[in-house]
Amino acid sequence: MTTEPVDNQPEVSVPGATLAPTHRGGGGGGARKSLKIENLRIGFGDTRAVDGLSFELPPGGAVGIVGESGSGKSATALALLGLHQNATVTGRISFGGTDLTTLDDREWRRIRGARIAMVFQEPLTALSPFHRIGDQIAEVYRIHTGATRRAARLRAVEVLKQVHIPDAERRARSYPHQFSGGMRQRALIAMALACRPQVIVADEPTTALDVTVQAQILDLLDEVRSTTGAGLLLISHDLGVVAGSADSVVVMRNGRAVEQGPTESVLVTPREAYTRELIAAVPHPNPPRTVEGEPLLRLTDVRKHFKLPRRGRVDAVDGVTLDVRRGETLGIAGESGTGKTTLARMMVGLVEPSAGKITFDGADIARRRGRSVQMVFQDPLSSLNPRRTVGESIADPLRLQGVRDPRARVLSLLERVGLSPREYDRYPHQLSGGMRQRVGIARALAPSPRLIVCDEPVSSLDVTTQAQILALLEDLRSTLDLTLVVVSHDLAVLRQIADRVAVLSGGAVVELGDTARVYEQPEHPYTKELLAAIPVADPLEARRLRALRRSRLV
Amino acid sequence: MTGYLFRRIGGALLVLFGLTTILYALFYLAPSDPAVLTCGKGCTPERLADVRHAMGVDDPVHVQYAHFLEGLVAGRDYPSGPDVRHCPAPCLGYSFETDQPVTALLTDRLPVSVSLAIGAEALSLVVGIGAGMLSGLRRHRWLDRLVNGLVLTGYAVPVFLVGLLLLLLFCVVLQWLPFPAYVPFTTNPLLWAQNLLLPWVALATIQAAAYARLTRAGIQETLAEDHIRTARAYGLPERRIIWRRAFRGAMLPLVTLTALDVAAIMTSAVLTETMFGLPGIGQLLVGAVNQIDLPVVVGVTLLTGLLIVVANAVADLLYAAIDPRVQLR
Repeated sequence: MTTEPVDNQPEVSVPGATLAPTHRGGGGGGARKSLKIENLRIGFGDTRAVDGLSFELPPGGAVGIVGESGSGKSATALALLGLHQNATVTGRISFGGTDLTTLDDREWRRIRGARIAMVFQEPLTALSPFHRIGDQIAEVYRIHTGATRRAARLRAVEVLKQVHIPDAERRARSYPHQFSGGMRQRALIAMALACRPQVIVADEPTTALDVTVQAQILDLLDEVRSTTGAGLLLISHDLGVVAGSADSVVVMRNGRAVEQGPTESVLVTPREAYTRELIAAVPHPNPPRTVEGEPLLRLTDVRKHFKLPRRGRVDAVDGVTLDVRRGETLGIAGESGTGKTTLARMMVGLVEPSAGKITFDGADIARRRGRSVQMVFQDPLSSLNPRRTVGESIADPLRLQGVRDPRARVLSLLERVGLSPREYDRYPHQLSGGMRQRVGIARALAPSPRLIVCDEPVSSLDVTTQAQILALLEDLRSTLDLTLVVVSHDLAVLRQIADRVAVLSGGAVVELGDTARVYEQPEHPYTKELLAAIPVADPLEARRLRALRRSRLV
Repeated sequence: MTGYLFRRIGGALLVLFGLTTILYALFYLAPSDPAVLTCGKGCTPERLADVRHAMGVDDPVHVQYAHFLEGLVAGRDYPSGPDVRHCPAPCLGYSFETDQPVTALLTDRLPVSVSLAIGAEALSLVVGIGAGMLSGLRRHRWLDRLVNGLVLTGYAVPVFLVGLLLLLLFCVVLQWLPFPAYVPFTTNPLLWAQNLLLPWVALATIQAAAYARLTRAGIQETLAEDHIRTARAYGLPERRIIWRRAFRGAMLPLVTLTALDVAAIMTSAVLTETMFGLPGIGQLLVGAVNQIDLPVVVGVTLLTGLLIVVANAVADLLYAAIDPRVQLR
């Protein structure tokens, strides 16, 4: 492996004058190679993370690995770069004829970043906070090519331009914390491109990002693949992320490939039950339901301003007027920073509005305490007290109401949300994410509320768990005669659960209407942009949307 | 940045003002009368009144305090029999005990304390960071255990015990070093260092233990961060990762501690100074407290406060220099 011709490489096609090569030679290059994984097994002590996985990434191809948490997909990614420290890795990872599993540490270092480059999940923590972005990219380039400092700096700016960082010369001198989430992810992709690798491994590259930014990053990875000829291994829990970008798909579960093949056949005509289950769990539109109840919660020109020390005022919510009708599910859609969480907190009276009025059943929400309006939080682990058992947490609101012995009621609530009574004495960390969110819902149900506001109730959950929680919420709404407000960044989730949708942007509602109408005939440009960015699991539709996004850019 | 400095200085002045106020209040409430002590045995009431007047303790406490502040800013005049003594700003008054200006007492002793602090701090940092890195990188399990054991020992042993053992070993048993006596750096740098070596080691024993612990925890924490994984995934050599990426993060908590330790050694290393016969500021303070020498106590406390405030500001500036995410505002 180590003796590889570096100068007779076929010139990689790179469009645009900005991409003029500055330091050809070292780095990646070489004849295009395929990456072939055969019978890969990764074990940590007694647990098997990956158990006999085989697939092939042809030169310049794109393979998607899909699986829920714990399926072994990230362990696979780390193995491709030899980054496991306390694991036993067996099997073959052949890269152009060399078995990577036999390399020693020095040989591995010449592969990492130069031939196979990794794009990580959390772009904020994945970059060193102490060094400038341009310097970090240049350092990688210098290590692998031995280029001069100057040449490396130029290369850093060049790849930053390639990932469409505006004003790249200047922004190369920024630190990661000065970049937005999307720009940081672009910078990481730029770092991956620096040495012209033959394979880019992207492990959940868009999980931490807003939906429109996610679409941009996926489009960028697709573009980079076609312009540089690098192969792409895209790992995600989200079928929609993989559908539009991969030629073939590997569906993983418990360390094994359940099904693999061309993207179209796996996602459109799946053979395996688990694949079908995954696809069925992807949120899908429900038949429309029109609820004409009278307004239960009314918001009139509600505003919330935060004063920041020495940085002026932030208008988190800037004039929202809307009604929540009795018996309906109102979806509130918005990306990060649109004020959706602040709005949700004001609806339950946790945050007092700076101006405007919120009434519940005609009475000012600020004067009401608890009971009739409850909240389900995003992160069920941090919103439950880790030192108290699940049962005690659910019993809290009941005790507040003066119930002497709430145990019986708590047990029936546990059962109502699909948990067994023996969970009463367990602690939050002993439960799975989905079970914890059920506990959060049970706690919200405890005081028999009429309205429940759910802030991103499923965003931290796997797709199959997500489907179960959504089904539970729907069931509770209809059987307990509840009214729901569901706040989410995920438009697909809202399309499934909401009767009406309000789209938030810059602290204001830009569009409000029946779900079917908003999704099929969006009026506001921002809504259109959001909808075009939703990842869809249908490969053809995904490619159509990508083309649509591209045509808008030009 | 300029705004930050102004706010910082304003805050510092406020702290020092508060400090003197509390000190004055405490001494006023204390049951003993410094004039009686100064006057000595067989003191006549007339003489006592004279002494009171000369010491300036016959005024009500708030007047005394106002005079003190005035002297600090503009200097003040003291009645001395028929004459008047002028004490230039910053005037901290005259020692009740020796009648010397407090500022002179402090400036006499400051070099001793500075010498002690600089040497001890340098030694602690080198040993502490070195040991912390060795054990934090966990190349050898036995090394990690050894360093941990030493660290706990260093923590557990009081400084006077370490000091006495050092004196016993090097000055009595082995007789490699003479009993320490302070020699100014300007007189003879070699003798200066030789005489200060044992106190440095004594202080460093405890401090290095603390630094080693912090370094070890810091390096392990930083090495577990995502950006280190990224560096590995991009083929950076491990040595480069440790020194260029991880070390910086590991040093952050050490900055604050070091700055505060310097201030602490300079003003309150009483045990060390006493044991090794160093006429430093700590000794001055203890003597003054025993004699109820109010001006000296106030002077030393003010200096302590000043040093700690300055040390904190220096720590903040260093912090911002190391970590670009920190912004001073």
